[in-house]
Amino acid sequence: MLKEMFKKRTLTPQEKKQAERVKKAKDTLLEYQAPEGLFQKCSDCGKPVYNEDIIENYYICPHCGNYFRIRPRTRIAMVLDRNTFEEWDTGLVTSDPLEFPGYLKKLEHQKSVTNLEEAVITGKGKIGGSEVAIAVMSADFMMGSMGQVVGEKITRAIERATEQRIPIIIFTCSGGARMQEGIISLMQMEKTSAALRRHDQAGLLYISVLTDPTTGGVTASFAMLGDVILAEPGALVGFAGPRVIEQTIGQKLPDGFQRSEFLLEHGFVDKIVERKNLRKVLATIIRSCCYES
Amino acid sequence: MSHNNLTPWERVEISRSAERPTSLDYITTIFDRYMSLHGDRLFGDDGAIVGGLASIDGIPVTVVGQQKGRSTKENIKRNFGMPSPEGYRKTMRLMRQAEKFHRPVICFVDTPGAFCGIEAEEGGIGEAIARNLYEMSSLKVPILSIMIGEGGSGGAIAMAVGNEVWSMENSTYSVLSPEGFASILWKDGSRASEAAKVMKITAADLKELGVIERVIREPEPASIDNIIELSEEIREMIVDFLKRYKKKMPEEIVEERYQRFRKM
Repeated sequence: MLKEMFKKRTLTPQEKKQAERVKKAKDTLLEYQAPEGLFQKCSDCGKPVYNEDIIENYYICPHCGNYFRIRPRTRIAMVLDRNTFEEWDTGLVTSDPLEFPGYLKKLEHQKSVTNLEEAVITGKGKIGGSEVAIAVMSADFMMGSMGQVVGEKITRAIERATEQRIPIIIFTCSGGARMQEGIISLMQMEKTSAALRRHDQAGLLYISVLTDPTTGGVTASFAMLGDVILAEPGALVGFAGPRVIEQTIGQKLPDGFQRSEFLLEHGFVDKIVERKNLRKVLATIIRSCCYES
Repeated sequence: MSHNNLTPWERVEISRSAERPTSLDYITTIFDRYMSLHGDRLFGDDGAIVGGLASIDGIPVTVVGQQKGRSTKENIKRNFGMPSPEGYRKTMRLMRQAEKFHRPVICFVDTPGAFCGIEAEEGGIGEAIARNLYEMSSLKVPILSIMIGEGGSGGAIAMAVGNEVWSMENSTYSVLSPEGFASILWKDGSRASEAAKVMKITAADLKELGVIERVIREPEPASIDNIIELSEEIREMIVDFLKRYKKKMPEEIVEERYQRFRKM
């Protein structure tokens, strides 16, 4: 179903301007890649924080400990050995199964705003010298929602990891299924889970790392299927979104509901890992699971 | 009546109507015998899920289904057909048992969605659905899923990892309810009927998308009045399905199911 070819649509000058404006706002607000100002405001405590401090502190607010969402390439740089990343499967394009009005245009816009091709980056690299396949999702791109391309990239990464007999690590971050692709988005849940099952039956390691936010169809598929499931502190992880549950039961949810700590307490997460320790923890798990006697 | 000209939204309404036959209505009319089995062996027994041993044309099978109630009282017991984690774990237990004893699995899908309450999250509803998707993909016996009413999102696909998926003509299968879709994408839940059209959720749409293999005709919308004739037809289709799959090796069954979803 995936067409590899894609007719490029050029943006009108007006759209370009708008895209640039949004991008600029985003850059200054959240990330260091193009720091316009010297500091930004923490999204949680609201205090100003120096950009340099954030970078040195793994994108964690030095005042309140709030974890900023980070871009996939920043994540990759944080966990993989230096310069070992080789990207897989760029340029895949959705078949737009619903022919949903304005969807392809929206994708183009998202691409220009986020500098990403889709809501996930996949590839291969090394951690502590061991080869691993890796997939990192991004909430910046349409809330990290999973459509055909996200499902296909993740499935291909898993299948390739199985073929090459290496572990796969997936950093989940998603609002759930991509509404604009309807039922085909739902099918991605099974496609990815089935590929993980084969990886499992081949005796190979899968580590999922839950980051803020992980919900819906991603929670109900690959996020919950790791041999080892790690989570970042305070990440929202659940199936139904908190708002939907509140509407259903008609009352406010308790503090900490659906956060990593809540999942740990209920037995659905192995370990909550601080960002600065993530690389080390991953390396330890890989060493323990990929021991060649 | 001009039944064939129904709009998608009219079909949504039919699929949800209280007159629509439930899983147990089909199970008791299609199969020669049915014995229910209960519990997930971990936590409880979900009223929204029924299942057990059945036989059809002398062939033993395992059946599982999502069960709605007709009366308010029954709906409370059935949680309006919205399964909890223990429900999905119960279906998986019954399917593992089917695999052990070489019985094909027939699933009846009819749910507005998995239960979204505090307890469901505490019990790991996401994990329970994921586990079904994961384990059903490698089950060595054939799985047939039939959409008989509402096929609501993750709650539905967790029982629709079939070698084949069929749908009643007036059933739906969707990523989200049309109301939810309209409110997310258009910030206007009242545009649900419009959403139903755009989302391609009817049996005919799904067939065209390649998401289901077969549409089961409903000359009149399925109800208790015509279920005997409908079930007779479905029974023949299931017997034919079982015959076709009897010739296949377990590896072939698993591989075909993998490829069915791999191409989507």
